[in-house]
Amino acid sequence: MSANTTSQEANTVETQNLDLVFQTRDGPVHALSEINLEIRQGDFISFIGPSGCGKTTLLRVIADLEKPTGGSILVNGVSPEQARLQRAYGYVFQAPALFPWRTVEGNLKLPLEIMGIDAAERTRRAKESLKMVNLEGFEKKFPWQLSGGMQQRVSIARALTFDPELLLMDEPFGALDEIVRDQLNEHFLRLWEKNRKTVVFVTHSIPEAAYLSTRIVVMSPRPGRIMECIESDLPPDRTLDIRETSKFLELSHRIREGLRAGHSYD
Amino acid sequence: MLKRLRDSSLIPVTVVVGMIILIWYAGAVYLNAPMLIDQYERQKTEWNFEKLRQDAWAMKRPILPAPHQILADMNQSIIGRKVTSKRSLIYHGWITISSTLVGFGIGASLGILLAVGIVYIPTLNRSVMPWIIASQTIPILAIAPMIIVVLGSIGLTGLIPKAIISAYLCFFPVTIGMVKGLRSPDPILMDLMRTYNSNNSQTFFKLRWPASTTFLFTSFKVSIAISLVGAIVGELPAGARAGLGSRLLVGSYYGQTIQIWSALITASLVAGLLVYLMTLLERLTISKMGGRLI
Repeated sequence: MSANTTSQEANTVETQNLDLVFQTRDGPVHALSEINLEIRQGDFISFIGPSGCGKTTLLRVIADLEKPTGGSILVNGVSPEQARLQRAYGYVFQAPALFPWRTVEGNLKLPLEIMGIDAAERTRRAKESLKMVNLEGFEKKFPWQLSGGMQQRVSIARALTFDPELLLMDEPFGALDEIVRDQLNEHFLRLWEKNRKTVVFVTHSIPEAAYLSTRIVVMSPRPGRIMECIESDLPPDRTLDIRETSKFLELSHRIREGLRAGHSYD
Repeated sequence: MLKRLRDSSLIPVTVVVGMIILIWYAGAVYLNAPMLIDQYERQKTEWNFEKLRQDAWAMKRPILPAPHQILADMNQSIIGRKVTSKRSLIYHGWITISSTLVGFGIGASLGILLAVGIVYIPTLNRSVMPWIIASQTIPILAIAPMIIVVLGSIGLTGLIPKAIISAYLCFFPVTIGMVKGLRSPDPILMDLMRTYNSNNSQTFFKLRWPASTTFLFTSFKVSIAISLVGAIVGELPAGARAGLGSRLLVGSYYGQTIQIWSALITASLVAGLLVYLMTLLERLTISKMGGRLI
């Protein structure tokens, strides 16, 4: 029991031999196989791999949006379902997933309304999280009046309103152009340095994974499995310029080697 | 100015209406001619085309009355009489509109309730849906008198039986539209609500219901027009004494084609007005919801 408590403090997510097989019309698809992973509190973990490697599925299992078919998983020391019921995490999707009939402010208040937080507090928190993503003054705008990058920032702000300790992000910048993506990467890193939430980040961009993460989990398809976990030793106060340093290129190279080992380039 | 005129639908609409009126006048001469010629020959009257044309457009009981005859009759029976008069079309129109609106209210509520049931209860989806579709295959003209008779025997007469016929017709588009609308939210939004551990009623009122707004109004526009048809059909049997339907019936008893046509045109104007009001309500609602629901 006491051992359980320590692991609860140390690890935000812990999986053992996690397996997930989808039954499809063309027969079973092994989406996740033998996943053993420990995510420590305050980590910034990226899952990287080609499409079909199960990175999104793994994120969805952590979020209790998919049920594993084998093995075990704990989120904050409890089952993913209990963690979800406790509203332990904020989820950011690839699309902004904003409600078109709600203003920016209305969208930010949505989770707070559902969680039964009173009106004054809702307004305060919405304002606060909008400030975190540098979108003050956009409260009354509707989503269609914002650019794609701004919409995604609102979506991140929405996940921050109820202050979860864990952020699950499924290619949040994947649909944006490279310039906006760089800008949001840097901004998001500053934000993470400030609040040190545990972040699980799905991406298929090597520079993005290398730039943001403390640890990079390289995955490979058919069956979806973990090839390698790479620790990053980049300094915490890094800016986008670090991508031209040899240290960064070395890290990118290691990620690419990991992907190659998983036959991702075949 | 000129460009706006070119872009607007004013010119095409005017041209089409003009064409219809032209064909109508020609048709009135063509269809009424045999009767008139017959009459001329029996009375041995001299006639030429000009006389035929003038007479064809001024008959008391023509096969097809000319547009201006209908307009004159409408003018007389809408503006020319007190609204309380039994010969005022406003009086009859209001009788029909009131049962249309009551029927629409019942039908729309029933339609929405059924849709909610079908979306949330899988058993209902499998068991009720076929019956809903079957209900619309029964010819309304056959079942309407039965409804009037059955309800009359338990003491329900007047507005309610007609409203029930309207409701019977107009719940269907609402159900079909709303089942689709309530199921329209993107799976990603449903997942989002799940991550918040949102309960069923929160997901309904915060996501499914607002997401189905456009579907709701589309089906409302169809429904309210059908509801009017239902009310008129409900006025046809069992000798209803008031309403646009009774005007149609009475007109056909006495061969008053002009009266039939003016009731008919009034009915379609009313339908157009109801659909237009619904469109206004839709625009207002959508602009309150930010103007773009996609």
